[in-house]
Amino acid sequence: MTLRPRTFVEKAIERASGKTGLVPGDIVDVTPDVYMSHTASWRCIRTFEKLEGAKILHPERVAMVMDHIAPARTSVIAAYHRLCRGFAKEQGIENFFDVNAGICHLVLMENGLVRPGEIIIGTDSHSTIYGALGALGTGVGFSEITAAWVTGVIWMRVPPSIKINLTGKLRPGVFVKDIMLKIIGDLTADGATYCAIEFDGELTADLSISERMTLCNLAMEMGAKNAYVRPDKKTFDYLSEAGVDFPEEDALFPDEGAEYMRIVDVEVSDLEPQVSCPPLVDNVKSISDIAGTPIDQVFIGSCANGKYDDLVIAAGYLKGKKVADGVRLLITPGSREVMKKVADNGVLSTLIEAGALITNPGCGACAGDGGAMDDGEVTLSTANRNFSGRMGSYKSDIYLASPATAAVSAIAGVITNPEGESK
Amino acid sequence: MSKSENKLGGSCLKVGDDINSDVIIPGRYLISIDPVELAKHAFEPLGEEFQKKLKTTKVIVAGRNFGCGSAREQAASCLIGGGVQVVVAESFARVFYRNAINTGLTIVESPEAVKAVKDGDELYVDTQAGTLETGGKTYSFPPYPESLQHILRAGGLIPYVAEKIKQEQSK
Repeated sequence: MTLRPRTFVEKAIERASGKTGLVPGDIVDVTPDVYMSHTASWRCIRTFEKLEGAKILHPERVAMVMDHIAPARTSVIAAYHRLCRGFAKEQGIENFFDVNAGICHLVLMENGLVRPGEIIIGTDSHSTIYGALGALGTGVGFSEITAAWVTGVIWMRVPPSIKINLTGKLRPGVFVKDIMLKIIGDLTADGATYCAIEFDGELTADLSISERMTLCNLAMEMGAKNAYVRPDKKTFDYLSEAGVDFPEEDALFPDEGAEYMRIVDVEVSDLEPQVSCPPLVDNVKSISDIAGTPIDQVFIGSCANGKYDDLVIAAGYLKGKKVADGVRLLITPGSREVMKKVADNGVLSTLIEAGALITNPGCGACAGDGGAMDDGEVTLSTANRNFSGRMGSYKSDIYLASPATAAVSAIAGVITNPEGESK
Repeated sequence: MSKSENKLGGSCLKVGDDINSDVIIPGRYLISIDPVELAKHAFEPLGEEFQKKLKTTKVIVAGRNFGCGSAREQAASCLIGGGVQVVVAESFARVFYRNAINTGLTIVESPEAVKAVKDGDELYVDTQAGTLETGGKTYSFPPYPESLQHILRAGGLIPYVAEKIKQEQSK
């Protein structure tokens, strides 16, 4: 019997459900490999406590990361953190990462908990990021994590897939963030609702794992269920650095001739830096249409762009320069690993000398943990959301851009095109 | 959904496209999971006038992509806490769709009904029959997939898991 050519997501769901011949629209129970909960962990625990007689079937599949609001700002949060610590110990949950670890997604990947072909469910919508290592990552509510602890399964609908082919060469000053903002603007905030996205094309193959994370992370902002980049040598090198001895034959790849709902070709050679304007991520403009907008604050961080190379790019522009008078530049390394690397090689000093305020690793201002704005203030952020009130006042504005655009704008005090700026 | 009363609804309140979960329940209030407590802050970014109207609302009527953004489950539970029985939208974001099923909030996709309804109109949904009535007209909508009915019948995911544990124990 010859099988119908299948997409990545069809293969991953078939493998995790033990079923074959699935087509988009089918709903099946799958057994996820990892259940990640972040700041929502206490909600999962409180829900678990309500279930009389419940037991955690696979503590080794549970991962908890104390991000979003870390360290605790109030005694209420401190009590939640304490609850999680105690619960992890009592239940034998070894993959518990405390307030010093960083953003859940980066922490899981750095610690080898994300592997090609696996299914990872997380209480964070940006769990699509795990596709950067060829895994199926998707966001769910906290009750679903609790249910997975107890039952070991979760229902999934097989989604149709969209293939995005990236080709061409980015101009200096233009980055993967700009590609994704452009795609989100074109496809819109619901352009991929309930769909899987496969990134393909020559450019995708050239991208680093960190850049692939930015791609897959932002796919969520089009409503995608998951995103995927085919694993290659870079993936397997990343995994072995994370201490994972992964048998390459266990990775999953889409078949030649698989069916896609839509194929989108994106040629990036002429792309300008892009900016997402408030209050929706798909409200995207080219930098030339928005340059000159005054800003009060710049935030460099988040699971989209708080990685090591993001900070290196920002430091390249900030070296020997000063942040504009009256502008606050907040930089939040995505994880402890990232913090250590920038501390070790002097990048951190460059950022501090330029006038940046470095915060502890984590979600920081993207999750409203510091960096709040007053009415009428404006932040340029490298994060993935610009919704009203995410950073303080409901009457403040958030613009989204790349770390390069963020850095040069912090120096100028207005939104500025990094193309042609010295670094 | 499993209750003998299949008809849900009442007075409508309309919102636009792409209403994200930060607007439905801002992140600063996620320190609670009590639906009634959360309801006090539902739609806070839309202003006090809107929140006042919400108090007498049984049906939220929305445009495309309702509930996009964060995976926070409280976006569904805060509406239940505020007495909202149904959300009718042109379309829903994926995680909101899941969260609604899991928390027991009834949601209906009906672009036609959304276009026909004004603020304050009455709208009723019969989940068993798969019909929606408003302004003297009846619209039909596709039922939830058969394979999810067991969660809906239990009144949500956690009640369903509780039933399952009981069954296991009595074996």
